[in-house]
Amino acid sequence: MALLSVNDLSISFGGLKAVSNFNMQLHKNDLAGLIGPNGAGKTTVFNMLTGVYLPTSGDIQLDGKSLVGLKPYQINHRGVARTFQNIRLFNDLTVIDNLKIAYHSHARYGLLGAICRLPGFYAGEKEIHEKSMELLKIFKLDHKYDELAKNLPYGEQRRLEIARAMATKPRILLLDEPAAGMNPQETHELMELIRWIRKEFDLTILLIEHDMSLVMGVCEIIYVLDYGQIIAIGTPDEIRNNRRVIEAYLGEEAS
Amino acid sequence: MEVFLQQLINGISLGSIYALIALGYTMVYGIVQLINFAHGDVYMVGAYLGFFATAILGWPFLPALLLSMVVCAILGMVIEKLAYTPLRNAPRIAALITAIGVSLFLEYGMMLLVTPQVRTFPQVLPEVQYKLLGNLVITNRQIIILVVTIALMLLLQYIVHKTKIGKAMRAVSHDKQAAQLMGINVNKTISATFAIGSALAAAAGVLVGIYYNAINPLMGIMPGLKAFVAAVLGGIGIIPGAMTGGFLLGIVEAMVSGYGKSLYRDPVAFVILIIILIVKPAGLFGKNVREKV
Amino acid sequence: MMSMFERKIGRQIGILLVLAAVWGVIDFMIKGGILNPYYELNLILIGINIILAVSLNLINGFNGQFSIGHAGFMAVGAYGAAMITIKAHLPFVIALLVGALLAAICGILVGLPTLRLRGDYLAIATLGFGEIIRGLIVNIDYIGGAYGLSGIPKLANWTWIFWLTVLTVLVIWNFVNSTHGRATISIRENEIAAEAMGINTTKYKVMAFTIGSLFAGLAGGLHAHYFYTIQPNTFNFLKSFDILVMVVLGGQGSITGSIIAAIALTIISASLQKFAALRLVIYALLLIIIMLFRPQGLMGTKEFSLKMFRKKSKDKEGKQHGTAIGQ
Repeated sequence: MALLSVNDLSISFGGLKAVSNFNMQLHKNDLAGLIGPNGAGKTTVFNMLTGVYLPTSGDIQLDGKSLVGLKPYQINHRGVARTFQNIRLFNDLTVIDNLKIAYHSHARYGLLGAICRLPGFYAGEKEIHEKSMELLKIFKLDHKYDELAKNLPYGEQRRLEIARAMATKPRILLLDEPAAGMNPQETHELMELIRWIRKEFDLTILLIEHDMSLVMGVCEIIYVLDYGQIIAIGTPDEIRNNRRVIEAYLGEEAS
Repeated sequence: MEVFLQQLINGISLGSIYALIALGYTMVYGIVQLINFAHGDVYMVGAYLGFFATAILGWPFLPALLLSMVVCAILGMVIEKLAYTPLRNAPRIAALITAIGVSLFLEYGMMLLVTPQVRTFPQVLPEVQYKLLGNLVITNRQIIILVVTIALMLLLQYIVHKTKIGKAMRAVSHDKQAAQLMGINVNKTISATFAIGSALAAAAGVLVGIYYNAINPLMGIMPGLKAFVAAVLGGIGIIPGAMTGGFLLGIVEAMVSGYGKSLYRDPVAFVILIIILIVKPAGLFGKNVREKV
Repeated sequence: MMSMFERKIGRQIGILLVLAAVWGVIDFMIKGGILNPYYELNLILIGINIILAVSLNLINGFNGQFSIGHAGFMAVGAYGAAMITIKAHLPFVIALLVGALLAAICGILVGLPTLRLRGDYLAIATLGFGEIIRGLIVNIDYIGGAYGLSGIPKLANWTWIFWLTVLTVLVIWNFVNSTHGRATISIRENEIAAEAMGINTTKYKVMAFTIGSLFAGLAGGLHAHYFYTIQPNTFNFLKSFDILVMVVLGGQGSITGSIIAAIALTIISASLQKFAALRLVIYALLLIIIMLFRPQGLMGTKEFSLKMFRKKSKDKEGKQHGTAIGQ
């Protein structure tokens, strides 16, 4: 059975259909890509999957349970984490605090423990600190743990955002243009990282990306969206040679 | 029924004042997204200028009104230049705190200048009461308030819709950057908005002085807040909304005074505010917008 | 090596000893008649203002909301506590607790519907609530109406106010420096990201508002039982602005900043007491000048500590070390 199954998902904004009849089956450990010309509705799909937008119709099921109508934080608790196209870090906080915040739902002490500083608080804080440092090491940001997030270079900010999403211990990771603004070298490293975390954390990943080298390089299955509708599904090779996909992209460039 | 009609007349007079102040709030918010807390105090300064012109210079009503409007227009521009312009790109809360600061400064600066004492406006327009049906009464002052308010509103509509500066104001409030690219002088347009809004508040101040006869340095706080409520009620940033909101609030308050305890007048306005913020934060005339993710 | 827990305990005992010494010396001076009553009054006011400023800072500074109705919650606490001692003749502790809890309940009632509002709209809503509370008090004759309530027993003293101020700071400090505090701060930083990272933003906004109101209510109860008479006008929005100035001057997001600002501004207002209008003109200019030239306030979001100085020298060493490796 599919881990995440999306059935006939549609959304309209003021009568305009932004996404219509979107279907997707993600199995455990899949690494899938969602591509399409600008304005095709890719981020809108992410926003529906994570509860930011309420779909007009259709269903999203994780492990057979519907996610529709849940709030974003509840969907995160179910095991779906995301990054944002326009990076949304906690800018004025340190790198490590960005991760510690994401660990919040796994903290092992309560309000009373915090206010009265019960022993459980110290143990819990120690655990949060250590786990955060571990993750930072994986993302090669541990030497910068004490810097403010806003002071990191662009590529590192993108990496920190992925690390932060990982701190919520997701089963499914949604990456919205993770390579945007990166140079080819950084993009290459990011590809390695994405493959590695999938294996290491037994993760299912769906990513939106414009950088075709990345999409074709890491994704095993690709969904192509145009004008809010899926126009093709297939392996990188199938997508590369699909007429409709080529038209959609060329059409965009021609206009 | 008689109480109702009488309170309706009183409410429309009071509502005119609120509407005039609310217009400035709404225009400024529409163009720079700032709740100009000091706006109610500009109205107070307007009232004092009216007092100065009539009681000390001995001017008649209309010249006093004009003087007050002109001086407050300048005051509005000065406030905007000194206190708000440097913060145009700062977080909105910073600008809001500054506005609170300007408000306190005007209130207590005025108190230092003229003492907290209540001043009595001279009888520029001796009150004449006209009996309508039965015991229903309307005074010449109430008529003048309404006439001046409507005249100013028509003038404002003309400025906003038919003049170049009005077009610039609408463009800047729609999209500041695009307006700048189209060659509109954004700074000048914002200045003009503050000037017009402040002049309207000053007119309200002079009218209130004539209507209630008494003025003091803290008189702007409550009407200022209530005019803001009126602006929110109508949909902040929307000019016809502010007018409607002002009249509605004035009428509701007059009804509360007429039928219930007048001490409940103030809380009622804020209850309306909370209800509108919860039920329809965009106001009666507004559209809801959401942040793009 | 000592565990983190033991080290923390050691430091806490040290701080406690210092506080006990401060309390003891001043208490001795008050009881021995050495301290001028005027100074005692100001120490009391400083304590109450610290409670107010630190609790408002939780809402405005750490959570990033914008409340300008804090005096309204103080009023609820003051009247609530006073009614318990005057009408029910219950002990002072219970009066303070009831006052604080009533204020907290009002905080929830205000918070739940209004916290969806954006910054400046929320500001107006809280101001409106403050005024509604005041308006209701004016209209209830049972609690003194517009004339106010007098004959409240003078139960609060230096000891009560000192230790309750310490308790307030401690509770809010511990809250802020925990995972719950980080969740609260994340909402200020980026609400959409916080929600996506599994933070129940509504819960933490209401929580910040409730805890803030609770302590404002506590301050109100102390105020009522020290000055034995309260009036609705004591809690108007000028009082709210007073508290706001402290928070902004000290730094939104710095507890020690709020404490320093509360002390400084209480002393400044005491020395300008005879010139009420001038005091407010100065406050107003202070607000404007801070916003124009130092919008982060004295401390920004940093906390004052002796380590601040130590850390700076360490940083320097670290940097020199870094360049050495680089070469």
